[in-house]
Amino acid sequence: MIRTALILASVVTLAGCGDKPQTLTDSKRDAPAFQGTSNPYNAPGWKAGDKTAWELHLKSRLQNGQNEYNRIN
Amino acid sequence: MARMKFVCDAERCIECNGCVTACKNENEVPWGVNRRRVVTLNDGVPGEKSISVACMHCSDAPCMAVCPVNCFYRTDEGVVLHDKDVCIGCGYCSYACPFGAPQFPSQGTFGVRGKMDKCTFCAGGPEANGSQAEFEKYGRNRLAEGKLPACAEQCSTKALLAGDGDVVADIFRNRVVQRGKGAEVWGWGTAYGSQQAGRPPVAGAK
Repeated sequence: MIRTALILASVVTLAGCGDKPQTLTDSKRDAPAFQGTSNPYNAPGWKAGDKTAWELHLKSRLQNGQNEYNRIN
Repeated sequence: MARMKFVCDAERCIECNGCVTACKNENEVPWGVNRRRVVTLNDGVPGEKSISVACMHCSDAPCMAVCPVNCFYRTDEGVVLHDKDVCIGCGYCSYACPFGAPQFPSQGTFGVRGKMDKCTFCAGGPEANGSQAEFEKYGRNRLAEGKLPACAEQCSTKALLAGDGDVVADIFRNRVVQRGKGAEVWGWGTAYGSQQAGRPPVAGAK
């Protein structure tokens, strides 16, 4: 009887040691942009999930869209 | 791919504020916040210069360094983003940023400071790419749609360039060489070596 009570008392008192860690953790990680979106507004010319295709697409979009020396000279 | 970067060509910017409008529209930016602003130096004086300024997505971002709750993170492309669910609105990032990029909407009770808002390079936030939750908190995720930031893509004079840092630098360098001036600016030698615009490289120069 006393033994059971002691075990119960130790379980109750030790329960305070079960705190969750409160250390600062990293913020939520974002999904990579090359994974694409599920909405219908994705630009054509690359395949979602293909990192190389996404990078090449953005580079050509930048060259073609913002470098007019490529177009008029 | 190099880091994603913005460059504003002061020789081309005509202070039309189209980038500011495009940003506000594309991302439905809260009242009281301008993620992008056009700054004019020597306004009204002949030879005035304007540049469009937003978050520069710093390599060693001071906002990230001072945030007490670690709400900032950097994507693989070098875009500095933040998590509004973690932000406590303390304002430290606003004081730390040399560009005034982090801003706070003040539409709450007694003008209480809300969650920080800043330019995302049109890359959204930690929510699922292209989701409604992401749009409501951070705006459009154009990068995940295979597009570049709206501010740069709509710029009529192509003053504002945004995208892969190597390509942006290549475009800007080509412009300076074509127009034959601009290589005297501070940092040109660091970025492109000692070659001056419109002149052949000096023998032995890096």
